[in-house]
Amino acid sequence: MGLLSDPNRRKALTGLLTRLNTPICVVCFLAAVVWFMGLAFEPFTLRSYMSENAMGSTMVEERFSSGERALALAKEFGAHKRKAGGMPVDWLVKAMRSRGLEVFTQSFSRKLPFPDENKERYMVRGTNVYGILRAPRAPRTEALVITAPCSPGDSNNQAVALLLALAQYFRNQVYWAKDIIFLVNEHDLIGTQAWLEGYHHTNITGMEYSPLQGRAGSIQAALSLELSSDVITSLDLVLEGLNGQLPNLDLANLFYAFCQKLGVLCTIQGKLQRNDWDTAEGYTHAAQTMMLMVLKQACGRSWGDHGLFLRYHIEAASIRGINSFRHYKTDITTIGRLLEGMVRKLNNLLERLHQSYFFYLLPSLSRFVSIGYYMPAFGLLAVILLLRALDLWVHLGAPALTAVDGVTEAEQPSSPGVLTVLTPLVISHLTGVALYLLPVHLQEMAVEHFPVSETEAVVLTAIAIYTAGLALPHNTQRLLSGEGTEQGWKVLKLTALLYLAVLLGCTALINFSLGFILAITLVPITASITPHMPKALSAVVMVLLSPAFTILYCVFIYQELIEAPVSIGEGWMLFLSVISQGILDHALYGSLVYPLLALFIYPCWLMFWNILFWN
Amino acid sequence: MAAPLTLLLIVAVTIRAVLFRSSLAEIISERVEVVSPLNAWKRVVEGLALLDLGVSPYSGDVFHETPFMIYLFHFTVDYAEIVFMIADGITAVALYLSVQIYNKDVFRKQKYALESDRYPADCLELLRSPKEMFYIPLKVAMFYLLNPFTILSCVAKSTCGLNNAIIALFIFCTLKGSALLSGILLALATYQSIYPLTLFAPALLFFLQRLYIPVNPRRSSFWFFTLQYAFIYVGSLVVITGLSFFLLGSWDFMPSVYGFILSVPDLTPNIGLFWYFFAEMFEHFRLFFSCVFQINVFFYTIPLSIKLKEHPVFLIFMQIAIISIFKSYPTVGDVALYMAFLPAWSHLYRFLRNIFLVSCVLLACSALFPVLWHLWIYAGSANSNFYYAITLLFNFGQILLVSDYFYAYLRREHHLTHGLYLQKKDGTEATLVLK
Repeated sequence: MGLLSDPNRRKALTGLLTRLNTPICVVCFLAAVVWFMGLAFEPFTLRSYMSENAMGSTMVEERFSSGERALALAKEFGAHKRKAGGMPVDWLVKAMRSRGLEVFTQSFSRKLPFPDENKERYMVRGTNVYGILRAPRAPRTEALVITAPCSPGDSNNQAVALLLALAQYFRNQVYWAKDIIFLVNEHDLIGTQAWLEGYHHTNITGMEYSPLQGRAGSIQAALSLELSSDVITSLDLVLEGLNGQLPNLDLANLFYAFCQKLGVLCTIQGKLQRNDWDTAEGYTHAAQTMMLMVLKQACGRSWGDHGLFLRYHIEAASIRGINSFRHYKTDITTIGRLLEGMVRKLNNLLERLHQSYFFYLLPSLSRFVSIGYYMPAFGLLAVILLLRALDLWVHLGAPALTAVDGVTEAEQPSSPGVLTVLTPLVISHLTGVALYLLPVHLQEMAVEHFPVSETEAVVLTAIAIYTAGLALPHNTQRLLSGEGTEQGWKVLKLTALLYLAVLLGCTALINFSLGFILAITLVPITASITPHMPKALSAVVMVLLSPAFTILYCVFIYQELIEAPVSIGEGWMLFLSVISQGILDHALYGSLVYPLLALFIYPCWLMFWNILFWN
Repeated sequence: MAAPLTLLLIVAVTIRAVLFRSSLAEIISERVEVVSPLNAWKRVVEGLALLDLGVSPYSGDVFHETPFMIYLFHFTVDYAEIVFMIADGITAVALYLSVQIYNKDVFRKQKYALESDRYPADCLELLRSPKEMFYIPLKVAMFYLLNPFTILSCVAKSTCGLNNAIIALFIFCTLKGSALLSGILLALATYQSIYPLTLFAPALLFFLQRLYIPVNPRRSSFWFFTLQYAFIYVGSLVVITGLSFFLLGSWDFMPSVYGFILSVPDLTPNIGLFWYFFAEMFEHFRLFFSCVFQINVFFYTIPLSIKLKEHPVFLIFMQIAIISIFKSYPTVGDVALYMAFLPAWSHLYRFLRNIFLVSCVLLACSALFPVLWHLWIYAGSANSNFYYAITLLFNFGQILLVSDYFYAYLRREHHLTHGLYLQKKDGTEATLVLK
């Protein structure tokens, strides 16, 4: 406690921190960026290893061999799907029942808050079909799920067929200790959502669904399968779930181990692993893979059907078959064997996957960065905010820190009233509430008065409110009594800095990527803003680093990274659709990114905007 | 001053009424930071149901309120929300009046000391002016009523609010000078949650000071008054306990309330220090460690009473803070009670050293509690260590806050007797160091 109680040493420390504040902040920022970029450098990452005993040591021999039959089934399924013009429920029920499963259906319907133009749906009505294979070896207390979405068109037929073939094969084995649920869901995530809510007796998103008739034990793990061609070149593992949640790393390790064993090419973020980490290309490749993961995680949406399982504490991942122009092809039997092996190992689990990491970034499938390694990058950014706050506190003439001795303190200047802080705080939060509520609620009015579709109306209203918020400082000033004082903005900035630090800290804990991206764009400008800077220039910089522009940059960077660069116009359209998807994800699945941005981050940014226009 | 207080009460009641009607109330009443197994409303309802069925409410291991509390709600269960709002109002008004009396007292003493030239000449800027003291009682009431912690606690219908009301009334009666009422209310507070027992010392010191009886064990008047006050206290404690026995016709409540508080069998996470340790520890050390942990609350009474025997009101503040940090099932409602006193010590501000650090820590922890709880319980990706780390940090912040105020108080007193500008023996300027 020497530091906390000895006034002389404290004085020296605070003196140092205030004198060198700006250099320290700059160093911290650069260090954060370097640290983050260094995470992808292979010697700094850890080799992934299987932590779960139950899955590590046991050997499994894969015997699945009915790949050909699966392909035939896929054709049959495709024909029935075309005939039914959607999901061939009766055929599926019959097919599952004939394979000895207990089959149940669940119907659901959902009206979207506004039409989804990407997937062209508004009123969604569908049916989930699922069959339960009862475990012969154990009481029915635990279950595993294998799911395949029934997508429109001809895609994903092979996945459903492989699911059925696996069901038939699994039925004849005696070693199952967990019930296995085979789920074919319609309307991708909406179907999964309805099924999960039905299974767990919850209703958090206002979905209408019929109750489930059959049920197995508590679900331990889930695999989602997406497969659209008879042969594939590689398998892609998708981990990012709702709100940036990730499954236990052991699930990824399991997938990687079986890919190695069966000689299947495996990718993550669609990128193959490279072995030349010591070359510039090798490093760039790893960095790109990691950046893609960061961007996908930050957007908080579920990148596959597995993403919704994570919320129910079920470890889940999507496995996506990719068919590209490589010569080396893998047939469907091998994929079946891979799944068989994975499910058998999961079947051996004695408790939920919990041994390995939940917080990680993957620069490649065999390497990972754990929370202890990546958090410092964020910590360095958060420290900047705290240092600036400390600096302001000292300048505000707080006796506690300027002159640790209250004795030498001169007459305290009269402190600014609570109102100087409270007014901007309340007004910017009200704007945030408007940004959160109005777009969806005003769509009808907007459609009536302007020649736009509902979706466009929602997105454009959101952008309009966002822009209108920029006009606020003048109105806030009018509400305040008298001129803004020097003390006033300092107090406001102190409050806003601490607020932002707490906000970003909480965000980074739940979703590191989102917290980090927001921090790296918001911290520099918020740390340096004062009313004395050249107004026009700083205003432009501030707007360019505001949350909305961050989303825009992310869109462009993402497109660049997946090697599908877009022009400005296309980028703008993508940006609009990202906003509408964000709002839809919030309404449909409870994704928190949109409310977080609208209700907290944006108002916080507005407070700094207020500081810029203080006088 | 009545008008601002009324306005404040109206605002506070409105906020609470709105929150009671919103969907937030249900979420808040499930938060472990806001309700503990001792004071959760869910458990009160369960106890009432058992009572109505003619079963002892203490059968089973759910209900841990005192018999008085269950009979209070037996009659007012339909108006529970109003009861909790009134309790908060009573606490605020009692604190308001107490601080008003205390300030008058302080000012009077200061005037006498000033007239008899007891302060060193350079200390005049340390003296308190009526102008700055005028709004302090209102600020105290505001700190209590508008503190988010109090609001959460009230909306969750945590019976902590009622305990706070009793303690606030006790403080009011003590400062008012009524030994009888003070003793009875202290007994009631002790009966509710044991820990206010430690407030006996400051109350006694206050009365002794008020009656100009020196704290001297060789004087008979000291013993006479001490015994008198102790008799009131113990007598009313016996009467209250006896009454509880007659209300329920059994002694079931003793192990179920006091045994529960002292032996800490329920390890639901909360903002306190107990749960994690007791969950981790070997069963055969349990008795030893529960003694070690419980002794914390009571132990500090002795040194603090000796050090602060001239300043019983500050001692009350210190004791309440210590109770809320070291009690076995603390909630944010307990924290709110001692935080309400902070404006009363606003003149110590210039001597506080860590207030920036402490406020950052408390602010960050309050935000991190729900986040880490979510990660641990719902997402399953974090674990209890994460949550406990925040609990530790929160308590570290509280301890730092309390010790900072303690140091500042002592320092001001030191300056008032020795002058503001201290000099070392060699004539250079000296600084005070707490080691």
